Amino acid sequence: MSDHHHKETFVTKYIFSQDHKMISKQFLVTGMFMGVIAVLMSMLFRMQIAWPETSFTIVEAFLGSHQTDGIMDPDIYLALVTIHGTIMVFFVLTAGLSGTFSNLLIPLQIGARDMASGFLNMVSYWLFFLSSIVMVTSLFVEAGPAAAGWTIYPPLSALPQAIPGSGAGMTLWLVSMSIFIASSLIGALNYIVTVLNLRTKGMKMTRLPLTMWAFFITAIIGVVSFPVLLSAALLLVFDRSFGTSFFLSDIFISGEVLHYQGGSPVLFEHLFWFLGHPEVYIVLLPALGITSEVISTNSRKPIFGYRAMILSIIAIAFLSTIVWGHHMFISGMNPFLGSVFTFTTLLIAIPSAVKAFNYLTTLWRGNLQLNPAMLFSIGLVSTFVTGGLTGLVLGDSALDINIHDTYFVVAHFHLVMGVSAIFGMYAGVYHWFPKMYGRMMNKTLGYWHFWITIVCAYGVFWPMHFIGLAGLPRRYYTNTNFPMFDDLLQINVVITLFALVGGIAQIIFFANFFISMYRGPKATQNPWKSNTLEWTTPVEHIHGNWPGQIPEVHRWAYDYSKRVDADDDDSDFLHGQDFVSQNTPLLEGEQQS
Amino acid sequence: MLALFYIFIGVAIGVSFWQITRVMDLRTVIADDNDNDKQGKYFLVFTVFFYAMMVYCLIAMNVLMLPESASIEGEHDDNLFDITFWLIGIVQFIMQFLIFFFTYKYRGRKDKKAKFFADSHVLEIIWTTIPAGVLALLIGYGIWQWNNVMTLSGDDDAIVIEVYSQQFRWDARYAGEDNTLGLGNVNYIDINSLNTMGVDMSDKNSQDDKQVTELYLPKGRKIHFKFRSQDVLHSAYMPHFRAQMNCVPGMVTEFGFTPKYTTEEMRLNPEVMAKTNNINKIRKAKGEDFYEFDYLLLCNKICGASHYNMQMKITVVDEDEYNKWISERPTLAEVIKQ
Repeated sequence: MSDHHHKETFVTKYIFSQDHKMISKQFLVTGMFMGVIAVLMSMLFRMQIAWPETSFTIVEAFLGSHQTDGIMDPDIYLALVTIHGTIMVFFVLTAGLSGTFSNLLIPLQIGARDMASGFLNMVSYWLFFLSSIVMVTSLFVEAGPAAAGWTIYPPLSALPQAIPGSGAGMTLWLVSMSIFIASSLIGALNYIVTVLNLRTKGMKMTRLPLTMWAFFITAIIGVVSFPVLLSAALLLVFDRSFGTSFFLSDIFISGEVLHYQGGSPVLFEHLFWFLGHPEVYIVLLPALGITSEVISTNSRKPIFGYRAMILSIIAIAFLSTIVWGHHMFISGMNPFLGSVFTFTTLLIAIPSAVKAFNYLTTLWRGNLQLNPAMLFSIGLVSTFVTGGLTGLVLGDSALDINIHDTYFVVAHFHLVMGVSAIFGMYAGVYHWFPKMYGRMMNKTLGYWHFWITIVCAYGVFWPMHFIGLAGLPRRYYTNTNFPMFDDLLQINVVITLFALVGGIAQIIFFANFFISMYRGPKATQNPWKSNTLEWTTPVEHIHGNWPGQIPEVHRWAYDYSKRVDADDDDSDFLHGQDFVSQNTPLLEGEQQS
Repeated sequence: MLALFYIFIGVAIGVSFWQITRVMDLRTVIADDNDNDKQGKYFLVFTVFFYAMMVYCLIAMNVLMLPESASIEGEHDDNLFDITFWLIGIVQFIMQFLIFFFTYKYRGRKDKKAKFFADSHVLEIIWTTIPAGVLALLIGYGIWQWNNVMTLSGDDDAIVIEVYSQQFRWDARYAGEDNTLGLGNVNYIDINSLNTMGVDMSDKNSQDDKQVTELYLPKGRKIHFKFRSQDVLHSAYMPHFRAQMNCVPGMVTEFGFTPKYTTEEMRLNPEVMAKTNNINKIRKAKGEDFYEFDYLLLCNKICGASHYNMQMKITVVDEDEYNKWISERPTLAEVIKQ
């Protein structure tokens, strides 16, 4: 192992590091930085919705030439919602969540010295960094950043005549996303290869912690679907710059007929959502994986239905690739497809329900250690159920007709994938912070952070369902032109207040994170008394993870509170304590779970 | 006043930073029995807040909802929606209670032991098959209704109307005596000769077509809409009729429904009256003019700067009144200079 101990310079250790633990921290901090931008944007456009005719100094300060007397312009409003969505979905919840925890945990939990290719792993991060830079740069181009919605449907995204954001801003968006996809693919391939090939002795696939299953399947979905978005982006570049007509046809704009013939925007929608829907699960599955681990550890109980959980992850992953059409029921595609996609979409409710019930049963008769990570995981189960249930309304094509693109949709997907995934990410940070930085985060601030965040999250998104059912379309700069929506304004004000408080409250997390990084109490080796292998490594990071041999695995990850007599709850713990690390050999006569 | 506000914010930020540093000095990091007890109880308090909010929204916001469907086809949508909503409502209320109650009930204590309970085939089968059964019902009814709405062939006496979208306005074209629309394409657009919708005037079907800026629909007759767009995607959203379809440049999309109530009748609907009164109370307080209910067609697909103000009024009238109105509109042959 001599190659793991060569001399590190500052540059190879902190910047161009090939160590998965350092790369995971880089992903996390970059994702957090992008998250701050996206949340600030959401606060600005929420203020516009609640107080459309009020002048704000803060708007003047942030938006510069895109505002008049402290009131934002309609174009920049659309740009803000576009970039908020893009950054949140891709940069925070894909790279920030999956990038961080796949990198940190895959080698540690399967018992590997590092990723299969440390170099590609480094490339993956730096491509992500580059794409972040390009995306941030696009905010400063003169005509404003991309503003066609995060779904960038052409022709709006293809024609600068249609909206100013479709000029240089859109070009940079496409460049940024193309680099991002490359980063994501390189990362995902690395995760897949690592999980398949570098598991330590005894770590059978059926002994992998559920986090590993979630990250592994997520990577597979990414490899299957991201290239399709890349192809859509490239074809769009061709249409925009080289005069092809993949997505455009019969357009009259700014007083002239354009030359495009024979293309169809519906084709773009198909390509986009072939990634776009699996993307929901690319975002969500890692959060669910983290939750499985955190809930099991903190309940001091095995996760209920381990095999059912794996099967439901696989079922969700498979179904996620054949349901994209439910975003397009009223796009003009053949109505027969609507029936097919309704059928496949509603099927997803089954594995999702299984997961929710299994989490619930894991809590049942547990000995719950209510650490901040545990609170966020419980919060995730709650928002996942709330948001998931409204999916039954939206996935039914007949009902979707009337609530498509209303605030009901916004409320649904924010709860089921936005808030849930963010909660999963927070749970992960609180839980594995000691593994990342060798120190502990403050629990009191963690509690404050959780309670303010969940109250605000529900305060924002629960009432939002109802303004959607009242027929309010999303992406409206102001609703004052429709008297029929006048009675919704007050609710929008309440939502905005919750959003502002919730957004500002994230400062508590950031303070906790950065202060703990330097001043937090030193962590012990296994602070949460967990079974998985990452807690057998030393607190101080070393290249190669384990100082001596890689531990051998003898059992699954969930032997919590195992008894001497399996049928007697009052009998003593089998190993003298309520957890048994995966590298502990089976006792004589011990049953495998 | 504003200065005071900024001073207040400054002080608040200062205090919170001071508090945060104080809390950070408490070097407790792992939940103990005391924390478990407190947090478990907070979950009970949160449950009260959460249920109060859910129930309050469900009751108080009822008046804001869209009134009953104004189209015959939409009746089943409302029905299916009610079934689905009751169903997910019940599941939501039970599940959330269990999640939070279990968290409270099983909050950890040093002297307690968790139950080792890893698997149960019976339970897994129960909560796989029950959702599957319920879903079969929702899927079945949903697909039946979808086909019901989307099947437009067979209605030969349906009135054909083209809805035409552009940044940022709507126009409509009635098919005239022959009930057949003349061909259209952006290449025929000629603003100078008032051919703004790009109608092929050499097509004999075009001559009697009638272009309007407002929709009049006869009550009780099936309307067969055809949608076109001349620039970017738009979406013709008619929420009161449970109707929506995207307008896609380069292709013609379709939707159909049968208006059930005239505008006048709808204004007397109790749900509409409650909502309108509520709105007018708000408008009066702000000194804005009186609002009267009208059906609307709104754009519901992001289409550019003025997306938020792209609307067209729809008026539903009795068939006699409709016939009178349509006969007074000029045909394209009369309007377009050739």
